[in-house]
Amino acid sequence: AALKGGLRSQVSAALKEGRVTPTELCQRCLALIKSTKFLNAYITVAEETALKQAKESEERYKRGQPLGILDGIPVAVKDNFNTAGIETTCASNMLKGYISPYNATVVQKLLDQGAVLLGKTNLDEFAMGSGSTDGVFGPVRNPWSYSKQYKEKSVPKSHSEDEESDWVITGGSSGGSAAAVSSFTCFAALGSDTGGSTRNPAAHCGVVGLKPTYGLISRHGLIPLVNSMDVPGILTRCVDDAAVLLGSLAGHDPKDSTTIQDDFRPFELPDLPDVSKLSIGIPKEYHAPGLSSEILALWSKAADLFKNAGAKVVEVSLPHTRYSIVCYHVLCTAEVASNMARFDGLEYGHRSDKKESTESMYAATRREGFNDVVRGRILSGNYFLLKQNSEKYFVKALKVRRLIANDFVKVFRSGVDILLTPTTLSDAAPYMEFIQEDNRTRSAQDDILTQAANMAGLPAINVPTALSERGLPVGLQFIGRSFQEKQLLTVAKWFEKQVQFPMIQLEEVKRHDSSVFQHQKSASFS
Amino acid sequence: MAARGCGGVWRWARQRGAGWPGSGPGPSPRGQRAVACNARGGAVPAGKSGLAPWIPVVGLEIHAQISSNSKLFSGSQVQFAAPPNSLVSFFDASLPGTLPVLNRRCVEAAVMTGLALNCSINKKSLFDRKHYFYADLPAGYQITQQRVPIAVNGSLSYSLCIDNKMSQMVTKTVRIKQIQLEQDSGKSLHDDTRSQTLVDLNRAGVGLMEVVMEPDMCCGEEAAAAVRELQLILQTLGSSQAVMAEGQLRVDANVSVHHPGEPYGVRTEVKNINSMRFLAKAVDYEIQRQIEELENGGTILNETRAFDSKLGCTVPMRDKEGKQDYRFMPEPNLPPLILYDTKSLPDNMNHQQVINIDWIHERLPDLPSVKREKLVEQYGILPEHSFTLLNEDGLAEFFETVVKQTQMKPKKVIGWILNDLFSYLKKHSLTVKESPVSSFLLADLLNLLEKKEISSTAAKRVLAELWKGEGKTPLEIVKEQKLELLQDQKELEQICQAVIDGQENE
Repeated sequence: AALKGGLRSQVSAALKEGRVTPTELCQRCLALIKSTKFLNAYITVAEETALKQAKESEERYKRGQPLGILDGIPVAVKDNFNTAGIETTCASNMLKGYISPYNATVVQKLLDQGAVLLGKTNLDEFAMGSGSTDGVFGPVRNPWSYSKQYKEKSVPKSHSEDEESDWVITGGSSGGSAAAVSSFTCFAALGSDTGGSTRNPAAHCGVVGLKPTYGLISRHGLIPLVNSMDVPGILTRCVDDAAVLLGSLAGHDPKDSTTIQDDFRPFELPDLPDVSKLSIGIPKEYHAPGLSSEILALWSKAADLFKNAGAKVVEVSLPHTRYSIVCYHVLCTAEVASNMARFDGLEYGHRSDKKESTESMYAATRREGFNDVVRGRILSGNYFLLKQNSEKYFVKALKVRRLIANDFVKVFRSGVDILLTPTTLSDAAPYMEFIQEDNRTRSAQDDILTQAANMAGLPAINVPTALSERGLPVGLQFIGRSFQEKQLLTVAKWFEKQVQFPMIQLEEVKRHDSSVFQHQKSASFS
Repeated sequence: MAARGCGGVWRWARQRGAGWPGSGPGPSPRGQRAVACNARGGAVPAGKSGLAPWIPVVGLEIHAQISSNSKLFSGSQVQFAAPPNSLVSFFDASLPGTLPVLNRRCVEAAVMTGLALNCSINKKSLFDRKHYFYADLPAGYQITQQRVPIAVNGSLSYSLCIDNKMSQMVTKTVRIKQIQLEQDSGKSLHDDTRSQTLVDLNRAGVGLMEVVMEPDMCCGEEAAAAVRELQLILQTLGSSQAVMAEGQLRVDANVSVHHPGEPYGVRTEVKNINSMRFLAKAVDYEIQRQIEELENGGTILNETRAFDSKLGCTVPMRDKEGKQDYRFMPEPNLPPLILYDTKSLPDNMNHQQVINIDWIHERLPDLPSVKREKLVEQYGILPEHSFTLLNEDGLAEFFETVVKQTQMKPKKVIGWILNDLFSYLKKHSLTVKESPVSSFLLADLLNLLEKKEISSTAAKRVLAELWKGEGKTPLEIVKEQKLELLQDQKELEQICQAVIDGQENE
């Protein structure tokens, strides 16, 4: 039980003391990736380079010169970040087999600090989706589908179909990264978050999912969905680890002109956070249609927790929230139409055999390379950008976006420190149920609680809170002020301590030496 | 009143079908057409035939490649005629995940140019994406400044001579609508026999300044003169090398014609103009073509036409996709471009990080117009001579060096420079730098002349010898060929006597 707890307090210490070596850690993760292959969390496993990196890390520890807390820590990266020498596919036929010549800044930072890159995780094609079901490599399965907790509560319809039809989705689009962290195949993973793509799967998979302030972490090397909203996301087992990762990734990047120039100082969170002086805002608009009664109950319980700890809890209003999804739809598709224009089959990626003309080659390449979801968004985005439509849709959406952002400014100016909201409307849906609806409808529903934070560029975090009646994770979201990650994470850590979210009980994990992977056992919050 | 170019009136009219490729067959039933110039404030003369005259309107869009070490948004080098695809960064090839980083030098070049063209510099300008699919545009969009460009509302004064007489120069002004920063595209080479397109991305992403001139011109000559002046300014500033033959200066002309008192006609855009001479030709051709088209009851299409320099005419460009909708969108990866002046410059700003407009203003070099004035004032030469001196790269410097090293009056020196040196260079297609006669040699020669050691006829012979570039000094040539003027009275008498004696002996 040496390695339960966070990276800073436990794993790093065990590595320093030699109780475990980076190679051992890496090998155990690789073995676990193999035995949980059915989750489909990884698109590419970079076994060879990972073991090589682990060995180099081991040498550093032997010399007594580790590079820092992350040295020797196995991590996974969503497959929309460029990784030199390792395939980067975006789960699309368009980039199948594409090997980037450079590392994304965040990947380079992880490697520079000694982290071991296990592989690339699954996602919706080009991160367009909220289920991690719409990638060319197939859907990701939520590890909790196979947990003791879920199995005990779910009533099998028929014995034989049990596992095949009852598994639930991870949420998305960073479902592979969430599943990878949740099933203990890595210690931390990078996701991306444009409308909730890190927080949503984090909530469904019972892990911490942090979306930092826009401009705090470099996007260089992240294959964009919506440049003005994308941020690299951090998925970890606990809030302290998210702070460690944030500290290693944040800061100005000369290759990304939208990162802030100010120095970022990595921080540690207090062991005994105090929330008594805080004002917690409960935005009434987040009481959205379709919000499950379970989550509503958890939400108000959480508010009570803060009240009982001496914090001020106030109801606030973000009146333009209801326009957020439709506004997001216009802005997202417009940028998608623009960003996807480069995939023409000329410089890289898929190229169709059609050769009648350059135009027919473009058309065939793009038809063969993109799925329906991507093509649909390109089509609507181009429509919104047409000269005759731009003012009516695109420019208007930009104005509404400003109103949405101003809502937050007003609330924070009124003295509220942190907003507390649900992350998702309900717990994870079974795959068979989820795919009944089309991607657009699902995204509109699933992003509803997360997406406004992207519009406003604010930091937000999902903290796993409790298990639902079906034995699946449910999370709550905290939204903070711009660049006030320390305050946000401090509150999240305090909350995490209060709720004592239970550890996933997975056969596959048990079979391996679980001591490496265990968190502290705890009673459930509900 | 504004002076009128083109000889005051567009009397330039002609018999139809007379050696003009592309014009309709047969002689015109109405014969000559008078064309009026739209010189602002000037009276529009009536047509000779009694019919309403035509007013041609010419506006220009000029793309000047910025002279910089690296591209507008990437670190790749900028170099003409490098091996194909050898100067291409990940960003230039639009690899997924790459982001633009604005090149400070390019911004400074645009600010300098804006100031030199009397523009107001926008302290906040924005970048936009302009979308179209083309093989040499890897990202599928060009980053440009559609909404708020870096400089607006300027003007450019230029001079041209009337009826080709250097002594009759007029100065005109064209308004500059705006200057915007944008990316250049790559180059496509179409191999029709193998039906292949080869793409070279070396030029992709090089910084351009698009200078938009308002339709204040009325003929090819004016357009050419305005562009020539702009070229000189750019070269003086060093913001662009502006060599047309290397594509560093590319001109598109918007041309329309209308009758006085009527709104502007439908305009065409003429592209593919790659020299100053062709610019004048293309514009004049297009004006005449439109007039003829309209007089024959036809209409002008709002189309893009290419100038065919071999045929000397403009032809419609094949535009398969028809009218483009560029679907403009703000470039989300670049924050607004903020410039400062000394007043607005924040104290705590790192000076490496900011651009101070005033600082650039103070360091602007003398512009061609000022240089010309100074030459006229300092050396007493004619204004038209100052134009010739500046029009030829290095000629003004050559002139000044010679003046410094001789006792000869500058007014006399200019004759030697323009009539002898310059015409010789032109005849042999040489640049001033390539001249076999250096400024020092010419100065030596002129000193011999000034000291009356040789006659001006002899000086021309020496100069002819100097062109051979055999490394001899003027004095050596004078001695070799015995060209000295004799000033000794006795010696002269002796020679004369000898000649007379010779006569008597015969």
